[in-house]
Amino acid sequence: MTTTLTRSPYGIVSYATYLPRHRVMRDELGTALGVRAGRGARVAASFDEDSTTMGVEAARRLRPAPPAPSSLYFATTSPAYLDKTNACALHAALGLPRDTFAADLAGSARSGIAALRSAGLDGGLAVLSDVRTGRPGSADERDGGDGAAAFLFGAADAAVAEILAHTSATAEFLDRWRTPGSPSGEQWEERFGLERYLPLIEDTAQRALKAAGTGQPDHVLLVSPNAAVRKRAPKVFPARLSASGSPLGYSGAADAGLALADVLDRAGADETILLLSAADGCDALLLRTTDRLPSARQHDSLARQLAEGRPVPYPTYLTWRGWLEREPPRRPEPDRPAGPPSARGEGWKFGFTGSRCESCGFVHLPPARVCKDCGAVDAMAAVPLAGTTGTVATYTVDRLAHSPSPPLIDAVVDFDGGGRCTLEIADTVADELDVGVRVEPVFRRLHTAGGVHNYFWKARTTAGTTARATAGSKASAAADTSEREGTA
Amino acid sequence: MSSNGIRDKVAVVGMGCTSFGEHWERSADDLLIDATQECFAGAPALTAEDVDAYWLGTLGSGQSGLTLSRPLALDHKPVTRVENYCATGSEAFRNACYAVASGAYDRVMAVGVEKLKDSGFSGLLRSDPPGDGTAPELSLTAPAAFSLLDPAYCARYGVDPAAMREAMTHVAWKNHANGARNPKAQFRSVVAKETIERAPLVAGRLGVFDCSGVSDGAACALIVRAEDALRYTDRPMYVKGLSLVAGAVRGAMDPGYDYTTFPEVVHAAADAYRQAGVTDPGTQISLAEVHDCFTPTEVVLMEDLGFAERGQAWKDVLDGAFELDGRLPVNPDGGLKSFGHPVGASGLRMLYECWLQFRGEAGERQLTDPRLGLTHNLGGRPGGCVSFVSVVGPDPG
Repeated sequence: MTTTLTRSPYGIVSYATYLPRHRVMRDELGTALGVRAGRGARVAASFDEDSTTMGVEAARRLRPAPPAPSSLYFATTSPAYLDKTNACALHAALGLPRDTFAADLAGSARSGIAALRSAGLDGGLAVLSDVRTGRPGSADERDGGDGAAAFLFGAADAAVAEILAHTSATAEFLDRWRTPGSPSGEQWEERFGLERYLPLIEDTAQRALKAAGTGQPDHVLLVSPNAAVRKRAPKVFPARLSASGSPLGYSGAADAGLALADVLDRAGADETILLLSAADGCDALLLRTTDRLPSARQHDSLARQLAEGRPVPYPTYLTWRGWLEREPPRRPEPDRPAGPPSARGEGWKFGFTGSRCESCGFVHLPPARVCKDCGAVDAMAAVPLAGTTGTVATYTVDRLAHSPSPPLIDAVVDFDGGGRCTLEIADTVADELDVGVRVEPVFRRLHTAGGVHNYFWKARTTAGTTARATAGSKASAAADTSEREGTA
Repeated sequence: MSSNGIRDKVAVVGMGCTSFGEHWERSADDLLIDATQECFAGAPALTAEDVDAYWLGTLGSGQSGLTLSRPLALDHKPVTRVENYCATGSEAFRNACYAVASGAYDRVMAVGVEKLKDSGFSGLLRSDPPGDGTAPELSLTAPAAFSLLDPAYCARYGVDPAAMREAMTHVAWKNHANGARNPKAQFRSVVAKETIERAPLVAGRLGVFDCSGVSDGAACALIVRAEDALRYTDRPMYVKGLSLVAGAVRGAMDPGYDYTTFPEVVHAAADAYRQAGVTDPGTQISLAEVHDCFTPTEVVLMEDLGFAERGQAWKDVLDGAFELDGRLPVNPDGGLKSFGHPVGASGLRMLYECWLQFRGEAGERQLTDPRLGLTHNLGGRPGGCVSFVSVVGPDPG
């Protein structure tokens, strides 16, 4: 069965991506396992990141901050919860209105396309996010990547890219699969999938071009869970300007989004982009950039995010993913967050919203009813601070605390414009911290206890700070990360 | 803040204190029985049955007054359990004193106990109500929270971090040296400064020797009307001032707070001094038992309690001002550092040292003719805590 959609009234009005800061160095991986793992680095989510937190970070980067979308579609193959809609946590963290529809599209690479398609149909927000895990030494581990992309759809006349056509082909065959609960996926002989995919790719691409009435596309993107298909990306379909695949390797449901964002980062105005996603069939999405694109690209390009980052020791990465079970800290495990207080504190816990006294201006984090400065009661205005930077007033490295990746670092952060809060520090080693260092709030998973993920905000050094701090050699970066693992 | 105070209205006529330490063989019940038995042995005119009411302080070794009435087999007595973080023992004492001063009872006992070593973990365990999981104290440990004092103090007063490290080491060294002279202390050996500085790090610059001892123990005090005191002992200890302050936890939210002081301690001290008629604590106080939970805490407390000028305590510490033979001996019994810190018992343990010193029963660490003693607790952390200060003396008036 095939379908064709053309000339959507909606286009992409804003897009943004988020890549975690950590990198697994493939040469270290290869040395550790005694295998050939190639060169370069694999983008790795930190121990406190999951598809939900990365999705939040990508969507938060949309500029200008989106007017309330009619819907939120969250796509992933690594949902943090089942039976509970993960998109609700994104909805809360983004502070979207109560009447916004939010749903997960979870399970396979095609979920990413489904999110784009759905949001494209109703002017919604599509968030594609994934943590790709594979057994140590597997291709998924080595060639996978973790990250998230967000696309806001709106009126076509305000778009940076219009949707010209979307065609699909669906086919049932065994290429990539994973049973629920299994941490690692399976792959049939790659060449079988390749043979199946090639005609489907050709078919959907041709139909999309025909439906749109355009000629050879300027840019062609081909993503797929099948590695043999991915290798064909540069040549499977002719392009006028560029032909490429996933910028990260394979990033699951986020792959199509990251590839699309990458080309939007560099495409010119009035260029066509053919996005081909070969997963359980094939989807072809044909877009045309508008003259609004060059001035409306995401602030932090995917290429730049990719070039940044710091090595994480391979054993640490294995520990984060649960492949290596290390001795836990000799402290009791934290309690699981309770449902009612978490719901009452939704604005604080998920939205990082404090309160400002309307009488004297004192900012309370968390929000309070009685002002600590002037004593005014119930005279507070909400202060969302997720987008506000701050300065480290003081900090400490806690080697005793229970942490999924000790030692825990906490900092007292004074936010620009008022407000102080003690927050855990993310993605940063003690060496990079100092009094006066600039930080920004990031949405993270503090820990998981009793099957409940404790989502809250941490602080991490701003990009500029990191650039300075990691300007040293790779050796010093490696030393930094090993310091984080230190067991004093 | 106003408090009328109960200066010289009540007196302590008996005390008991178990040794503090890892009492694998003794339960909280045993510790309660042992401490109270010692107390009654020293006040032979009184039995458990003669005591009109009891206050029991424990952070987590039991709930309700039954925690005391059951092991002591107290029949139909008013027994109140109190908890106020690390000021729990002091809080039991304070409430017991007020009960006598009010005229409601003539003879009361304040008891504190903590059995920490049954948990299987070192350090204090938290017992929090169900919450949303966002409070920093859920993850950040106490040593980490107090370690914030050290860099903040250095920054505020331009103190060389090496000198501050030396002062912190000196606090640990002094309190261990004092504890070595105390048969009831958890740690009874002098520790070389080098050993203190080279200890494994716990949080910030705090090493193992910068942290107080985690231990089991119990302590208690018999309190009567001052006019009755000499019926029970020839050397009572009179209560001059009692203050307890709970902060609004403002510092944790206030960019104006700089982590070099505990405002709650400053307020509690001012209140207690006023009640006791103390106008120059640095010269009027003969000995101070302060809450040295971590070494930088003791440095900062010297300033908050008025024993040192702001920004100067680190120097006074290094000059030996607070040693046994210094101008104001601080923690002569070894403090939380080496006597140990069974939370509910600690406040009463501090009073126990004053009691011994006033009676001339402090053995190797006996001070010459002490006239006023101060005890101090704080519970919580920099940025928000409860603080207790008492002033006691051997003479009325």
